Amino acid sequence: MSLTNRSQMVSKKQMSFWDKIYLPAIFGGMVITMKHVFMKKITIRYPEKKRDFSEIYRGQHVLKRDDEGRERCTACGLCALACPAEAITMVSAERQKGEEHLFREEKYAKVYEINMLRCIYCGLCETACPKEAIFLTKKTVESEYSRDKFIYGKDILLEPLDKRIDISNRQTPEVIKFKQLPNERHNI
Amino acid sequence: MIIYLIFKVILISVILLLSLFIAMYSTLVERKFAGFIQDRLGPDRAGKWGILQPVCDGVKLFFKEEYMPYSADKFLYILGPSLTMLVALLTSAVIPWGGTITAGGHSYSLQVAGGSVDILYVFAVVSMGVYGLMIGGWASNNKYSLLGAVRASSQMISYELAMGLAIASIIMMTGTLNLSEIIAWQNNHVWNIIAQPIGFLIFFICALAETNRAPFDLPECESELIGGYNTEYSSIKLGFYLFAEYINMFVSSAIMSTLYFGGYNIPFIEKSGLSSNWITILGTAFLFFKISAFILLFMWVRWTLPRFRYDQLMKLGWKILLPLSLLNLIITGLVILLTK
Repeated sequence: MSLTNRSQMVSKKQMSFWDKIYLPAIFGGMVITMKHVFMKKITIRYPEKKRDFSEIYRGQHVLKRDDEGRERCTACGLCALACPAEAITMVSAERQKGEEHLFREEKYAKVYEINMLRCIYCGLCETACPKEAIFLTKKTVESEYSRDKFIYGKDILLEPLDKRIDISNRQTPEVIKFKQLPNERHNI
Repeated sequence: MIIYLIFKVILISVILLLSLFIAMYSTLVERKFAGFIQDRLGPDRAGKWGILQPVCDGVKLFFKEEYMPYSADKFLYILGPSLTMLVALLTSAVIPWGGTITAGGHSYSLQVAGGSVDILYVFAVVSMGVYGLMIGGWASNNKYSLLGAVRASSQMISYELAMGLAIASIIMMTGTLNLSEIIAWQNNHVWNIIAQPIGFLIFFICALAETNRAPFDLPECESELIGGYNTEYSSIKLGFYLFAEYINMFVSSAIMSTLYFGGYNIPFIEKSGLSSNWITILGTAFLFFKISAFILLFMWVRWTLPRFRYDQLMKLGWKILLPLSLLNLIITGLVILLTK
């Protein structure tokens, strides 16, 4: 009696003469390899042709500006707190008079650094951010020759004014709808 | 006489350069072919279709650090790869690369040397090839190298016999040791592949074993022996070992085409009414076509079959190929006796 129906009878068939000379099997194998020669190749010639990323690929971060070009980050530190790899550090500063066109709120990040070697690109920082200031983009982090070049400061992370980065793919329609609510309006 | 000597020198240089060139590009073809079989593209970065890849590899090997193990035997360590390369190149001397070219009232044979003892010479030189591996493996003073060397020599002994007996049946049929005469015999009668199919099979399997190609690449079996006899070698000495394998492949393909596939002779070409020089040139091209086909076959086999286990290798050599070649010899003898 069997407990399951998955048991199989083991075959211990003796090899026939035709099996023992192996040549038919060898020719069979050679036919298979020759078939593969004419099959479609799966190689992607990398620098000329790049593999498509997912629309919501999590790559290098961007520090967003608002519509008027002011930095959104208020250096609250929630992203650094949320970061499981502890890759983010920042130093906050107070906005002075006359800097209203640079920073949106009274407090801003004077130094904002992400260690790209520590970062695991989980995206928890953008989830944590209350000001919609940090997002992950489709851009991949470029390779360097030394480790200290991988600590990206604001000079690399901040969104350039003349080349705005579209992050709408990182936000679900629900999130966008949520931000239309009267209490959350300031987050847009 | 002087013209004759100059022609020989030119012929030798051409054949030497050609075998080096073909061996060089065999490495690229092999990598490409392996890639295609495995659904990849193979090297295609250096130049169009990777055409400069062998050059890059060669330059890289030249500029690698020349490292000699502390406990190696200095003289033998250098002798090993040199001997392998030398012997690999020597065999091409007796292969008839074409018929005769007539120019200015003289006729020049496209065979560097040889005549009555061609096949004996091939045998003597080919079996010398294993000395390079043995000496190199021994001189490295390394267990893996030594094991590789031992495997190479025992494999050579096991397969040389069957190979010799396979050729012996051809010699019995044609009644000559001269490669050009064997080609002429095949042209008059029938290609030896039809007359001696089992002999060809045995010869081909033994040729795979003698050139240390997969599935018989136990001497340089990287998964068990790190690299076998060439474990301790670096730089161009390693390059010599790797390169000699491809030259051996080229030369054994040439011997197989000559012995079994009619060499440079194109059947019924003399009825076409072309001049004899044209027939010679076309014949040489035809020979190289056959050689390329054989080289591809070697590669095809390599990337299809897995490596033998050591006892399987010995069993195949002694218990199957040797009796089979003896049987083939006896049957050939009987047929010759009965048809005379």
